Amino acid sequence: MFLFAAAAAPLLPEWIVSLTTIAFANALVVLGLVVLWRVGLVSFGQALYYCIGAYVVALLARWTGLTDAFALIVIGGVAAGLVAVLIGFLLARYREIFFAMLSLALSMILYGVLVKTESLGSSDGFSVTTPTFLGYAPHREALGLSLYWLTLGVDAIAAVLVGAYFRSVAGALAAPIRDNEIRVEFLGVSVNSIIHAKVVIAGILGGLGGALAAMAIGHVDPNMAYWTTSGSFVFVTILAGAGSVAAAFVGSLVFEAVRSFAVDVMPGLWQMTLGSVLLLTILFLPDGLGSLVSRLKRRGEVQRP
Amino acid sequence: MSAILAVRDLEKTFGSLVAAHDITVSVPAEQTVGVIGANGAGKTTFINMITGHLRPTKGGIWFEDQEITGKPSREITRLGISRSFQVAQIFPSLTVFDNVCVAAAIARRSGGMWGSITTPVRSPDATAEAEATIELFQIGRYRDTPANTLPQGVRKLLDIGMAVVGWPRLLLLDEPTSGISIEEKFDLMNVVMSALKTRKITVLFVEHDMEIVARFADRVLAFYDGTVIADGTPTDTLDSPRVQELISGVRLKPAAGSGGHA
Amino acid sequence: MLITFAILTDGLVYAAYLFIVAIGLTLIFGVMKILNVTHGSFYAFGAYGAATAVGIYSNADWPAAAGFLFMLVLAMAIGLVMGLILERGLLRLVYGKDEVVIVLVTYATFLILEDVIVLIWGPQSYAAYQPMVSAGNIEIGELVLSNYDIVLVAIAAGLAGLAYWSLKFTRYGRLLTTVIFDRETAAAFGINVTLVYSATFVIGAMLGALGGAMMAPKIAVTLGIGVEVIVLAFAVVAIGGMGSIEGALVGALIVGICRAAAVHLVPQIELFVIYGVMALVLVARPYGLFVRAQPRKI
Repeated sequence: MFLFAAAAAPLLPEWIVSLTTIAFANALVVLGLVVLWRVGLVSFGQALYYCIGAYVVALLARWTGLTDAFALIVIGGVAAGLVAVLIGFLLARYREIFFAMLSLALSMILYGVLVKTESLGSSDGFSVTTPTFLGYAPHREALGLSLYWLTLGVDAIAAVLVGAYFRSVAGALAAPIRDNEIRVEFLGVSVNSIIHAKVVIAGILGGLGGALAAMAIGHVDPNMAYWTTSGSFVFVTILAGAGSVAAAFVGSLVFEAVRSFAVDVMPGLWQMTLGSVLLLTILFLPDGLGSLVSRLKRRGEVQRP
Repeated sequence: MSAILAVRDLEKTFGSLVAAHDITVSVPAEQTVGVIGANGAGKTTFINMITGHLRPTKGGIWFEDQEITGKPSREITRLGISRSFQVAQIFPSLTVFDNVCVAAAIARRSGGMWGSITTPVRSPDATAEAEATIELFQIGRYRDTPANTLPQGVRKLLDIGMAVVGWPRLLLLDEPTSGISIEEKFDLMNVVMSALKTRKITVLFVEHDMEIVARFADRVLAFYDGTVIADGTPTDTLDSPRVQELISGVRLKPAAGSGGHA
Repeated sequence: MLITFAILTDGLVYAAYLFIVAIGLTLIFGVMKILNVTHGSFYAFGAYGAATAVGIYSNADWPAAAGFLFMLVLAMAIGLVMGLILERGLLRLVYGKDEVVIVLVTYATFLILEDVIVLIWGPQSYAAYQPMVSAGNIEIGELVLSNYDIVLVAIAAGLAGLAYWSLKFTRYGRLLTTVIFDRETAAAFGINVTLVYSATFVIGAMLGALGGAMMAPKIAVTLGIGVEVIVLAFAVVAIGGMGSIEGALVGALIVGICRAAAVHLVPQIELFVIYGVMALVLVARPYGLFVRAQPRKI
């Protein structure tokens, strides 16, 4: 799928490339949410890491003149990951609605700090310097394509790594922990450590997503940490379902497409459209779009004698 | 190694409540010990101290000549002591095979978080062990059944199987036949005990059904009021007037040549 | 000295506003275990409804007190209708499901209702300051206090008292307490849990709308007020403990006074002090100040 998407890019109009870049950047955050969703946890604060990744990129470019995209996203991801390691000590002790609430509170703290801090641009935020790619400094369409391919590259690597993680003991423990955490402890596993690791993975993915998004959008502002941003990531996770890695990317694309369509066609009612789509998905496709795909696949198999 | 499990002057108090006191027991390897006593007599406290979920207030516990008193439960599991549960603790959303495979993979991972992330859960080792254990407990026909649809007896066997995939040397069974109908109790215990004997596991099992205890235990520990009041063969303990008065009630069958159930 | 007094009065007024807004949310969570994001919509609808009411009675030249009462009654009526429609129509469909799924349903509903507001009232802002102006001010030393704010505090205190009294001494209140404590057992005793749920949700909705109406004269009634209020209400309820009325009261006071202190002393931390307090409380007491931990059932 990734190869196809990569190859198709130069043929598509610029606005589609740009839209898809942002969708695929956001998909990384959603992938992180899928990791947590599998173990039964929902974070209403992934915007924290998204925002950290984004601001790290913007600030480094502005303050140190570092514009290399590869370096910037790595630093963004690592910064978010470090914050996740620290927060994880606390967060890993919570479950269900309390996990969701604490993660929300932490992201809103960042929002509050950013909005009131002049040197960080307060509520207007600030723009992101044009990135370079190991010395190569493209403009316009070439820039768009470069960012697009970079995002696809990061997505592909993330997909492979997260897929391998899901097949490992730590990843496969998601369902058992959700089912019966106590038994897992009695088998000799520290459930809190496993959850801590998942928080860190989701944090790194969130930071990478934010870093890429910052470069794609060209601007960062405190809204990236606001609860509605976290809410939209959760929204996509529901839309996609937690069934597979691919679901995160497909779901993110569908969401961006629906959102753009709604904003264009009925600008006054795009929230209503989004809300209705979410509602319908929850009511009729509780396992998300991913489950629709597997249902179709299964039906295909049954047909064959 | 003198005894696989040795416990000396063990005591556990919660404030002014003495849950267990003056327990001194030595269990040789591969023995099957039945633990009887009324609820609140101290059996569960005793078990929990061995598995590391309760820290004794006095006394010591040795496993394979190594002191394990007060060690955290995760470490004790790694050292080779495992337990099963009165209410079967399984993973309802997984199949029987996946239940056992996950347990086997956990037991086989190399240490720590890094080990958990790099070891695949369906490694050849883990899957082979899972298949073997499923065969051992004779639940092969349920291999691909989701665990939440299993009949009670199979749930119990699965629960015990999961405790055994790590090849523990000591297994603590908490009321293995509770919730099982009378017709099925003996069959269940036959399967369990032969499986455990095959793996040469030392067993301590808590039971309220005296027939089961008489039939399957090599030795009986009778708990009353927080301490062991009788320790000997099933015949000796279950026929002792004191045990009959305080715990088991009078046995109707003659002492010699008993076995089977009414 | 003056600053301290200012902090206390500001804090008290802000706390009153937070309490009124949070009490509906905590009630719904305590009884139904639902974290109701739509609460923000009830608040917004109440505020817009109040603006409309103020428009009506200003033009018709009613006396201020009657107008104020009309505004509140209209808002509560809106809350009543909305609560009924949502509970019967939508929530019924998702009752058995996962807690988090229900939260997302209320979030989706909130998004839809945000645009319904635009459909009904349009994108412009409304002003509803008349009640505040007609109430006038009083002066205590160098401090000028709005009479309206005093009324706000009085109503909040009255509400707290009413809630306490009805929970302890009325039949509905005792039923509610039972259901909050253990839903299954309550049903086993023959309590009509479904009815209690409906009634609770509707009351929660009315309280949310009431909060919006009372705040309308103090703010610009515009798009997005629901969004802000939700997180604030959550913070208060999380601090106090879900389902605890005393908790909502204490939580509101803590947040109100902390925020007032921040505004007067260290304005930069105004926004984040609320969530900082929330995070601190959750660290020490994950279930909030007034709710004890539930033991896990094996």
